[in-house]
Amino acid sequence: MLPIDPTKKISFTRHICDGDLVIVYERHDNMKAIKVCQGLVLQNRFGVFKHSDWIGKPFGSKVFSNKNGFVYLLAPTPELWTLVLSHRTQILYIADISFVIMYLEIVPGCMVLESGTGSGSLTTSLARAVAPTGHVYTFDFHEQRAASAREDFEKTGLSSLVTVGVRDIQGEGFPDEFSGLADSVFLDLPQPWLAIPSAGKMLKPDGVLCSFSPCIEQVQRACDSLRSNFTDIKTFEILLRTYEVREVKMDCSQGDEAKPGSILPCKRPQRAIEGGNEQGKLSSQTVMARPCSEAKGHTGYLTFARLICLS
Amino acid sequence: MSQNNSQSDSIQNPRVTWEGCSVLLDINDGDRLVFARLSAGSTLKIGNKTYSLQPLIGCPFGSLFQVENGNKGHCLARFVPTVEGNNIQEKGDFESQDEIKDNRALVDNNKAQSLTGEEINAMRSQGATGDEIVEALIANSATFEKKTLFSQEKYRLKKQKKYAPKVLLRRPFARSICEAYFKKYPARIGFLRVDALSLLLSMANVTANSDVLVVDMVGGLLTGAVAERLGGTGYVCSTYLGSTPYSIDIVRIFNLSNEICKRIVRSPLTDLSLSQNGTSEQIHQQGDDLNMECLSNNQMSSSVGTEEITPTENEKSDLISEATVSPVNKTGKSTKAGNKASKQAIDLWKENGFSSLIIAAPELDLWSLLKDLLPLLANSAPFAIYHQYLQPLATCMHNLQLGKMAIGLQISEPWLREYQVLPSRTHPCMQMSAFGGYILSGIKICSSS
Repeated sequence: MLPIDPTKKISFTRHICDGDLVIVYERHDNMKAIKVCQGLVLQNRFGVFKHSDWIGKPFGSKVFSNKNGFVYLLAPTPELWTLVLSHRTQILYIADISFVIMYLEIVPGCMVLESGTGSGSLTTSLARAVAPTGHVYTFDFHEQRAASAREDFEKTGLSSLVTVGVRDIQGEGFPDEFSGLADSVFLDLPQPWLAIPSAGKMLKPDGVLCSFSPCIEQVQRACDSLRSNFTDIKTFEILLRTYEVREVKMDCSQGDEAKPGSILPCKRPQRAIEGGNEQGKLSSQTVMARPCSEAKGHTGYLTFARLICLS
Repeated sequence: MSQNNSQSDSIQNPRVTWEGCSVLLDINDGDRLVFARLSAGSTLKIGNKTYSLQPLIGCPFGSLFQVENGNKGHCLARFVPTVEGNNIQEKGDFESQDEIKDNRALVDNNKAQSLTGEEINAMRSQGATGDEIVEALIANSATFEKKTLFSQEKYRLKKQKKYAPKVLLRRPFARSICEAYFKKYPARIGFLRVDALSLLLSMANVTANSDVLVVDMVGGLLTGAVAERLGGTGYVCSTYLGSTPYSIDIVRIFNLSNEICKRIVRSPLTDLSLSQNGTSEQIHQQGDDLNMECLSNNQMSSSVGTEEITPTENEKSDLISEATVSPVNKTGKSTKAGNKASKQAIDLWKENGFSSLIIAAPELDLWSLLKDLLPLLANSAPFAIYHQYLQPLATCMHNLQLGKMAIGLQISEPWLREYQVLPSRTHPCMQMSAFGGYILSGIKICSSS
């Protein structure tokens, strides 16, 4: 997924090979990660796609099924991976993820601790941020979940950047071997206040901690325990509002046809005929945007804090 | 962690200041933010006094400094806070004792404080510390005891800020630089809020070894933020229309190593997109001219270098009204970021395409720009376009859909709300930024021809 090996990065000359991970894009809300394998086929509502037809095509290609249906084949990125990974737990999405990476001040070479691993959605972006020389140590107390996460990182080619450990961080804290070595710590735990003292031990002075919690009561208790040796304690909520864009025919005539509220969105956007618009005086085409009707109203609170510098 | 890792870490991500390093000074918990370059001669003005920044050199980032009344006059001295064990106890009591007190007896007649300005000045000239003055103010306040513990704390903090200011030494990162500019000069960074910047970097998949094409008309903030994520690998190529590159002055506030600066290059769009039929001589000729422009621009920017860190006279805002950082001692050793892209690099990009594209160009016509830039991207490359207005992005999105040039198109607007979290007093902050910008993101697909 990441150009850890620069020869593998996407380019005009890089083509899909046997064994590559591709994101099969049907629609913006329907994607799937598939490992390309010579003899296999993909079957969906558009028909049967032979993997062998994909090999040798550039990433970003449109490929066809036996019934002339089509999908696009994309190179995987952490953002796409977040949309296709199998949910073993609730996951973090792009708005929270990008803000966490920025606020934790993660740059290449950093050492980052995370718990729990969950489905590995954030972990993938953490790995991208610390590459090529840093490392992410992520812990989950659920053995099977940790194993599945490990498999995923193998699949996405991040194994050299991520180590998954099985450990109850709330109960045992982070392993002592990381004491004073972490640039940043991320906690997504039901009782973060139990892990905060250990996180404080792991961080370098001035290192940043983030705790993600869906409930305000968790935030309250986490902040109480942070006040003893952290500073710059800040809690945020971040959401995304998305917009839909339509080309709309606006009726300018005052005649009978103009009914109030009869703005007709063109299902298939039509190319505006430049110059020779015959009904130009009666109607005009305008591109308009409005917020999508549905959105996530809450994901979680992000609490950040910096370890006080005592030395 | 291998030996190797910690070594590279210490070079790229230093945690102790050095002479010539760029720092962010946070005065009184974010009341004022000042960028400065540390040298023996640099100073900071707080109130009507000027302090040398010399004591800050060689200190770990995150250190706290307080004004001290030494025998040689006022100076900034390192202040190591004690871990506030007892403070917590105190805070736990808030709830139980608070119930009975309220503001019914509070009369705003300006008579609560019996200490006069002259008396305070006299204390000062006798060498009283700021903390002692704050204690005296509290002792002489008729209303202090009647306040709730919470408002007592507020009162103490307000007086401390005035009489015992604290300076916090911060590392300049994309995060802090963006936040400081957004607070002080939002127009200079195109009103790009930190959460929008973080989204741009994620959506454009910026990571080590990638070649990121940017159009940065937000002062270099975008270029610097991308370079920070590249960590001295790959390239960030800042392209421009016409013959004069856009200013990337903000890049110098980042403490980027020489290795990272080398990866920041500039190139006019005409060089990147020249079709193969132009004679190579012509290209070369043109390239030289542009190189000159580029250089003169660099020279210009270094001469205004001090002002850029310090607010200029006519641009003073409330936040930085007293801020002055004395002329920065230019240390010649830092490599200039933003050299002209080598022909070799350009050829490589022409052959392979860029790995992603970010545009933050509030002043350019987006669609005509994008039409020229998109072909320079590798297939399946993600792109992210920032704008403070929705309409240009909507038009772009519509045209990209019509032209079947990209998929996964989405316009998003981040919404960010901060919370006050205190015992029994948790609620969203009263003031918030209502707008951080719009982003159009998508993935380039192969042209269907």
